[in-house]
Amino acid sequence: METYSLLREFADSWMLLLLFTVFLGVFLWVIRPGSRAIHRDTAAIPFRNDDAPLGPEEDRT
Amino acid sequence: MGQYIKLIVLGLVALAAAIAANYGRDLAYQVHAVLIMLIAGAMFLWEVRQTDEPRIPAPQNEYMDGVIRAGVIATAFWGIAGFLVGVIIAFQLAFPALNLDWAEGYTNFGRLRPLHTSAVIFAFGGNALIASSFFIVQRTCAARLWGGNLSWFVFWGYQLFIVLAATGYLLGGTQSKEYAEPEWYIDIWLTIVWVSYLAVYLGTIIKRREPHIYVANWFLLSFIVTVAMLHLINNISIPVSVYGSKSVQVFAGVQDAMVQWWYGHNAVGFFLTAGFLGMMYYFVPKQANRPVFSYKLSIIHFWALIFLYIWAGPHHLHYTALPDWASTLGMVFSIILWMPSWGGMINGLMTLQGAWDKLRTDPVLRMMVTSLAFYGMSTFEGPMMSIRAVNSLSHYTDWTIGHVHSGALGWNGLITFGALYYLTPVLWKREALYSLRLVSWHFWLATIGIVLYAASMWVTGIMEGLMWREVDANGFLVNSFADTVSAKFPMYVVRGLGGTLFLAGACVMCYNLWMTVKAAPAKAPLSTAVPAE
Repeated sequence: METYSLLREFADSWMLLLLFTVFLGVFLWVIRPGSRAIHRDTAAIPFRNDDAPLGPEEDRT
Repeated sequence: MGQYIKLIVLGLVALAAAIAANYGRDLAYQVHAVLIMLIAGAMFLWEVRQTDEPRIPAPQNEYMDGVIRAGVIATAFWGIAGFLVGVIIAFQLAFPALNLDWAEGYTNFGRLRPLHTSAVIFAFGGNALIASSFFIVQRTCAARLWGGNLSWFVFWGYQLFIVLAATGYLLGGTQSKEYAEPEWYIDIWLTIVWVSYLAVYLGTIIKRREPHIYVANWFLLSFIVTVAMLHLINNISIPVSVYGSKSVQVFAGVQDAMVQWWYGHNAVGFFLTAGFLGMMYYFVPKQANRPVFSYKLSIIHFWALIFLYIWAGPHHLHYTALPDWASTLGMVFSIILWMPSWGGMINGLMTLQGAWDKLRTDPVLRMMVTSLAFYGMSTFEGPMMSIRAVNSLSHYTDWTIGHVHSGALGWNGLITFGALYYLTPVLWKREALYSLRLVSWHFWLATIGIVLYAASMWVTGIMEGLMWREVDANGFLVNSFADTVSAKFPMYVVRGLGGTLFLAGACVMCYNLWMTVKAAPAKAPLSTAVPAE
């Protein structure tokens, strides 16, 4: 089989399946139990550290 | 030691540019060589005068905001320049005499049009993205920009890219690829600048003090990485001579067309969408003073956009030599893309949940919300126009131009203005903007301008498409091309007026920002110690 047809065949089947599975995996990972607290904390990042970076010994609270 | 190496490099660059100016085969190349020679020479002299002067190390306990202030000024400047050229070419289309016979070959529509598109997309939009990404990445990582003065190199290197590209267009140095017009040596320069940009951005993320990477950074990083990939692949060309600007593309025929529109559509997708969504995910929550509506939705929005956008390019090539399966693929992915786009729009709009009253009092927030509305509108219009049957009516007509401008003026323009209104008081440490009334004026001037623009282009585009396909009882075409041109005249004038209003609004903004820096009261320093949260 010529390279073009081979790659087309592969792209249309296994690669498509793989990419779609990865996307579904992302979706499931996002809605996993226990993610809510992490996401709430992450969403609040823009409201911290407005004026200066955290120094080397300062801890993020 | 580093300084001596810098001196040697600058001297060699100036010398090489002088040789190139001497042997240059075309005007654009020669002008660029002289320009580079002068810049390298001036930097050499500056460095010589600084030799062995003690250097004061930059304080590491504050954010690096100087380069962002420069970026805000550059954004406003290039915005005015780009809008102005846009207004000029809009009136050139309505009144061909404005092509100016005596300046034929330099200021005619064909030369000015790429100047307009590149000035608004890459100069205005690019500077807005670079400045706001440097602002966002520092604040959301709680870390100073990585790489010291490398960010200044990114800023000035990018300005040089803009100047080379813009002067090149006027002098005829172009490789004729839409939105990728600059010739080979400008492409190489942009690659160097862009890789430095990536290094600064990634370096800051790597040394971040927040455990998580805020979603705005995901969008901005995907924008930087994807633009690098697109730029490299679409600009594979072989120069005819190292002493000339002309180059020959390695891809040919339909492959070249496909690569070009894979680039072109993803320039829209990652430059004008992903990058500006990064801005949206930071500035809308900040201005509304509440976290984004759903962080989960923002992650899904991001990955859906990444997985889908890259395939949508072939819809630019319906009814061409491109194989049917490829253009169908592009069309299908464009339609699926509607969903994540609206997911993002809803996420942005719903961030105002419980704060809708702020729209009455805060014109900056109103601007951001309107930009999201335009984002929603143009991401509905785009998938619709990518459907083959609709495309057969809309393609090659002014409908496409109207679509692009409702996205570019409405979404990119207004969100950038909102970001500039947010950034200026923060960066120059002012209490507030000089005048909210002027922001309201800007808002209405810009919005009415966009409405005039988009509406006139819908009318003229659909009229044009229908006139082109009209046949009489014997199957002959009824209208000649010139018939459509004369029928479009009133809409062209309305379009020019819309552009003028938009430009006027931007001028009001510049005055307001200038007065904010000059006249607004400075932010009072904190007199009492504030406990760390």
